Amino acid sequence: MQEHNEHAAQPESRKYRWGMVIDLDRCTGCQACVVACHAENNIPIAGEVETYRGHATNWIHVERYFEGEYPHIKTRFIPVLCQQCDSAPCEPVCPVYATYKNPEGINAMIYNRCVGTRYCANNCPYTVRYFNWWDPVWPEPLPQQLNPDSPVRMKGVMEKCNFCSQRITRARDHAEDENRDIRDGEIKPACVQSCPTNAMYFGDLADPETEVSRRAHGGRGYKLLEELGTQPRVIYLKEEDWSGKAG
Amino acid sequence: MAKPVEDSIDTRITRDLMRPMLMTGWRFHVTAGILTLIALFGFAAWGYQIKEGMWVIGKNRPVMWALYITTFVFWLGISMAGTLISGILRNTGAEWRRPITRCAEAITVLALSVGGLFPIIHLGRPEVFYWLSPYPNTMQLWPNFRSPLLWDFMAINTYLVGSLIYLYLPMIPDIAIMRDRVEVPWRRRLYTILALGWRGTLLQWDRLERAVSMLAVMIIPVAAFVHTIVGWDFGMTLTPMWKSTMFGPYFVVGAIFSGIASLIVAMVIIRKMYHLEEYLRPIHFDHLGVLLATMCGIWLYFQFAENLTAWYGNTPEEMAVLWYKLKGPFAPLYWAMVFCCFIIPMPILAHRRTRTIGGTCFASILIVIGMWLERLSIVVPSLVRPRFPNAWGSYTPTWVEIAIVAGSFAGFILLYLIFSKVFPIISIWEMREGYHLERGGHAVESHLEIAKEPAR
Repeated sequence: MQEHNEHAAQPESRKYRWGMVIDLDRCTGCQACVVACHAENNIPIAGEVETYRGHATNWIHVERYFEGEYPHIKTRFIPVLCQQCDSAPCEPVCPVYATYKNPEGINAMIYNRCVGTRYCANNCPYTVRYFNWWDPVWPEPLPQQLNPDSPVRMKGVMEKCNFCSQRITRARDHAEDENRDIRDGEIKPACVQSCPTNAMYFGDLADPETEVSRRAHGGRGYKLLEELGTQPRVIYLKEEDWSGKAG
Repeated sequence: MAKPVEDSIDTRITRDLMRPMLMTGWRFHVTAGILTLIALFGFAAWGYQIKEGMWVIGKNRPVMWALYITTFVFWLGISMAGTLISGILRNTGAEWRRPITRCAEAITVLALSVGGLFPIIHLGRPEVFYWLSPYPNTMQLWPNFRSPLLWDFMAINTYLVGSLIYLYLPMIPDIAIMRDRVEVPWRRRLYTILALGWRGTLLQWDRLERAVSMLAVMIIPVAAFVHTIVGWDFGMTLTPMWKSTMFGPYFVVGAIFSGIASLIVAMVIIRKMYHLEEYLRPIHFDHLGVLLATMCGIWLYFQFAENLTAWYGNTPEEMAVLWYKLKGPFAPLYWAMVFCCFIIPMPILAHRRTRTIGGTCFASILIVIGMWLERLSIVVPSLVRPRFPNAWGSYTPTWVEIAIVAGSFAGFILLYLIFSKVFPIISIWEMREGYHLERGGHAVESHLEIAKEPAR
């Protein structure tokens, strides 16, 4: 819709459609992605009491569940982050356009436009939108490691995963300087970069040759709550008969 | 004040209905003082919430909406009172409406003003609520007309302006009566401004009556839309048990239901407090009681349809919400609502013998409480049980939310009392006109008589 506006500066550039693949067969639930995300995106720290009260923020969080009956139990993990839906339920309900689909397929969040109705959070079937319940504070010396590329959000606005858009921007700048397209694998969001088992991949879903595209179409892929028609851009991989093989 | 020589019924009506405004006892001051304190405490709690941030309230992820939205929907429902009674009864020419239109219209305006604050209190950044309005600005920004919240914003503003005019227009002749009879300087100045130079000429009466009858028609669809859109705030989402086609009409019915109940409570209080037993007679409560019983039945039908369709559909996400509501942690509140909204009031309202002033008042108080619980039972359970079980949560309000909600109730009652002290809470000219019509006279005679009466 606004593609021609945003791309006016780079007329012949390729159209990227960012997406992610998460291989659940490889996830060990180590939470490295959660920590990396906190560090990269200046996510506020809630502490024990406020976490208990439901005020914690985790753009990506690892959910644990069990398959089978005791004692033949298998523990499974599923990292859940914003699914960057192509038909996102959170977008139309925002009265001030604080969240919208950007031309590269990311649900962008404009923090300083948000008025805090929290309607988007209610309408997100994945419950991955977070509210800033207070002006964030970090205990010393954590303020010194805040990421200068990522904004610190004020109290009263929503926030959520944006595929580390600051890294995408930097990679695009590099590529433009060198007059080329962004290479496959050049961008790694913090969670992807830190995953010790290489369970996460990030790249351009518009190009069928990228690693994410090949893996997404490899036959093991599915999307969360696909039946709602939200068209997520995060594809999960698992064995076809995975759930039947308990124990 | 020049005492009228002959104590005709006309002058008696005028005197009776002006008395509450001119004579104020200590009990009123004490009540008003207590209400002011509660309301101020509510404002202080809001200030605390703004300063500290929203962590001081019980909302959380996933329960992003709770007490404020509940109370907002509740007040909007209450505001239906004026439109329904006044608009519909005026249009159908029901004569018994005369003493109750003003009480009802005032409820509409004040409930909207109080309720309209809640979406702003609820905002993360209340200072920029005006970003929802489409105004020209240098930021090249425009609100999102696809959002039900924006429809809400537009509808409430339209409704507020409309009902304000609808309250004000039929009040002009009364304000003029006050202007000509009251000696207190500030009141005289106020009434002189508000009377807009009303002289009571036949031309003015003709125009007023045209305007009022036009507004009485126009305000009904506006009100129906406001309540529909409030329902659509929920019905348009994907959230389990919110996503429903019936939320529009369901909310209209709920609004009429709670609106009539709140009107009855207000009328009982006015009647007792201002000794207007002659004007608000048992027949009014009887008629309104029948109306309330009808709405009671329709409300139960919607409640039943909502739960039955969810239960029959048997999808896991809706069943989680339904059971949370019917037999989970929310069950005490849910069943309290059923008792307050139907099981206790229905028999009281259905029998002629119990449909007395006391009976309808008792039933109405229960219904007002029950309808607040009903709003809560719509807002909270769906959010506590989102689709992913790993995100399931719970909700307990904190003192901040309770103080603000209590403050809104105190503030509403306070504003209503003040209104009844500044303006006649029962329309003087409409009562007099009704009295003339009753005796087989013509409305014009009553209008001329008001103009002829000695001023001050």
